[in-house]
Amino acid sequence: MSHTFTLDGKTIPFAEGQTILQAADAAGVFIPHLCYHPDFKPHGSCKLCTVKVNGRQTASCTMRALPGMVVESETEELNDERRALTQMLFVEGNHFCPSCETSGNCRLQATAYHLGMMSPHFDHFFPSRAVDASHPDVLLDFNRCILCSLCVRASRDVDGKNVFALSGRGIKTHLIVNAKSGRLADTNFTLADKAAQVCPVGVILPKRHGFAVPIGERKYDKAPISETTEGR
Amino acid sequence: MTYNLETAQHPETLRRVAIDPVSRVEGHGKVTILLDDQNKVHQVRLHIVEFRGFEKFIQGRPYWEVPVMVQRLCGICPVSHHLAASKALDVIVGAKKLTPAAEKLRRLMHYGQMLQSHALHFFHLCSPDLLFGFDSEVTKRNIVGVALAHPETAKRGVLLRRFGQEVIRVTAGKRVHGTGAVPGGMNKSLSTAERDELLKDIYHIVQWSRDAVHLIQKVHTQDPGLYNSFGIFRSNFMSLVGHNGDLDFYHGTLRARDDNGKLIFDHVDYQQYHQYIEEEVRPWSYMKFPFFKSLGKEHGWYKVGPLARVQNCNQISTPFAEHERKEFVDYAGGSPLHAPLAYHWTRMIEMLHAAEVIKELLHDDDLLSKDLMVEGERQMEGVGVIEAPRGTLFHHYQVDENDVVTMANLIVSTTNNNQAMNEAIRHVARRYLNGREVTEGLLNHIEVAIRAFDPCLSCATHALGKMPLAVELVDVEGQVVHALSRA
Repeated sequence: MSHTFTLDGKTIPFAEGQTILQAADAAGVFIPHLCYHPDFKPHGSCKLCTVKVNGRQTASCTMRALPGMVVESETEELNDERRALTQMLFVEGNHFCPSCETSGNCRLQATAYHLGMMSPHFDHFFPSRAVDASHPDVLLDFNRCILCSLCVRASRDVDGKNVFALSGRGIKTHLIVNAKSGRLADTNFTLADKAAQVCPVGVILPKRHGFAVPIGERKYDKAPISETTEGR
Repeated sequence: MTYNLETAQHPETLRRVAIDPVSRVEGHGKVTILLDDQNKVHQVRLHIVEFRGFEKFIQGRPYWEVPVMVQRLCGICPVSHHLAASKALDVIVGAKKLTPAAEKLRRLMHYGQMLQSHALHFFHLCSPDLLFGFDSEVTKRNIVGVALAHPETAKRGVLLRRFGQEVIRVTAGKRVHGTGAVPGGMNKSLSTAERDELLKDIYHIVQWSRDAVHLIQKVHTQDPGLYNSFGIFRSNFMSLVGHNGDLDFYHGTLRARDDNGKLIFDHVDYQQYHQYIEEEVRPWSYMKFPFFKSLGKEHGWYKVGPLARVQNCNQISTPFAEHERKEFVDYAGGSPLHAPLAYHWTRMIEMLHAAEVIKELLHDDDLLSKDLMVEGERQMEGVGVIEAPRGTLFHHYQVDENDVVTMANLIVSTTNNNQAMNEAIRHVARRYLNGREVTEGLLNHIEVAIRAFDPCLSCATHALGKMPLAVELVDVEGQVVHALSRA
């Protein structure tokens, strides 16, 4: 038997065990998110998918849907908070869209456009982070990491390699490579790994690919993020 | 070739006049003039006061990012940097010869840029000086004044530029700062619809370009006393020349001539440019001073850009532009014309050539081909050279085994013209300012000389800005005694 809840007044059906985000996705309703991926267990860390359930805020990627829930998502208050979170991600890293090869295919950039982010608003941290170009096929550009942990989960849960981890705490949290040298070349990572396919921004990049896809044919050139299939 | 007026003997005893910033040029620069009590000129310098640092901060970046990143040096002719970098990286990825489609698409992009940049410079930046006079009413000496007095000319300027920008958009994906060229080729070709849209307009673009040549030719030849002598200095000159010595903006070998037109070097493979050209740093400018090694610092400086190119080539491959080149060479009387204001005439001949080449390319079905990429044996070092609107542009990179850039050297077009622009303004200062009360109109003469070179001061220091003019007269105690502003 199918249950339903309401999302911004619209009736959303769900199967038992589905989260609010999963049910919304299945119904074709977009809730902004960065760290959620349908192939992995929810992580609940980016908080962009925060909604109000019966008046209280919660992450829609971790909250199980229940019959009769009243969920709010597209409100000015929630979108203001989502925009502020996105702005903080931009200033904490070095996100130079004009020369980034992921521009047009980047979830962070597409989310910023969706939320109408017109400026970074906060002062940039301009952290100093070197790229790891040691691997023959893959470049790691830590400047663009948003700590979604998708590569950590993919490498551990799908590839069985544990190549990546998040280290440090709080504002000092950063992505590391699980090798004594800290270099990707000294791991058994390959371009075929699931972890090489899941980065929503421009950290894990196939080498020598660059700007092969012309402007106009990139993922978010064709449709805004709210209208694309979310199964990446 | 003289350093006269570069450095005054006793600057502490002189008054300083500064044109800061220089207006209607790309980027930010200033001119300082040192005068004594009788307004006699002792020192004139064009200073480039911004520092960009691109050569440094692309170190440590993956090489395939470079053509897209370095074009941010400039908002006027980013395509030049985009293509020069791509050509250097073609060498790095072992792409010795591009596919016909890729080469023609890059050429189309570049000639579109040449058209839009030359149109912008002539109609928007310089036509006010040329149509109204150098010391005409300052409030009318601008593109709005031109639009009111000569609406058809102003409209054509806008539409010529727009067409060039459209050529860039269909080849690079965006009008400004696109991504079309990649190491080893191109990431897109033209659709039939894109090509047909450009074909609709190209014939009147060619005609308007012919009219523009005739307009500047008339202005120049009607007042030879001014146009043949204003800011004049003699110098060596250099450019790329293509197959058979043709005028070629995209590819070729380096050729240099002395002030009499005698060859200094020819058929030089630009991968070896550092054996022929060296750069000198002087403490009063962020822009370096390049010179031919064989002639040394004092005599080896040179000019680049339209006046150099049109007189350096053997011929132009397109009929209308070749006819205009011959007219120009006949006017020059068999030896090189060195008058800075002749840059405008040659620039319009080049714009006409660009329009004609675009027309030819648009009739070539290779533009629709999907055969766009080649690769070969990976190299560690590559040089890319292109004739940008303002002159010869060098990009030189070294890349390590991990694909990361370890060294970059850029010699941009305006840098090549550094000494030449300084010589031109010194001549104007001697001829027009010496012993006179300084006025805005007289100072504009200095700017007219600089503008003739179409300098891109932002590129030259590896900024972008619109510049009001501020001039201050400062006495030896540093007190401002007179100030003029065009804010």
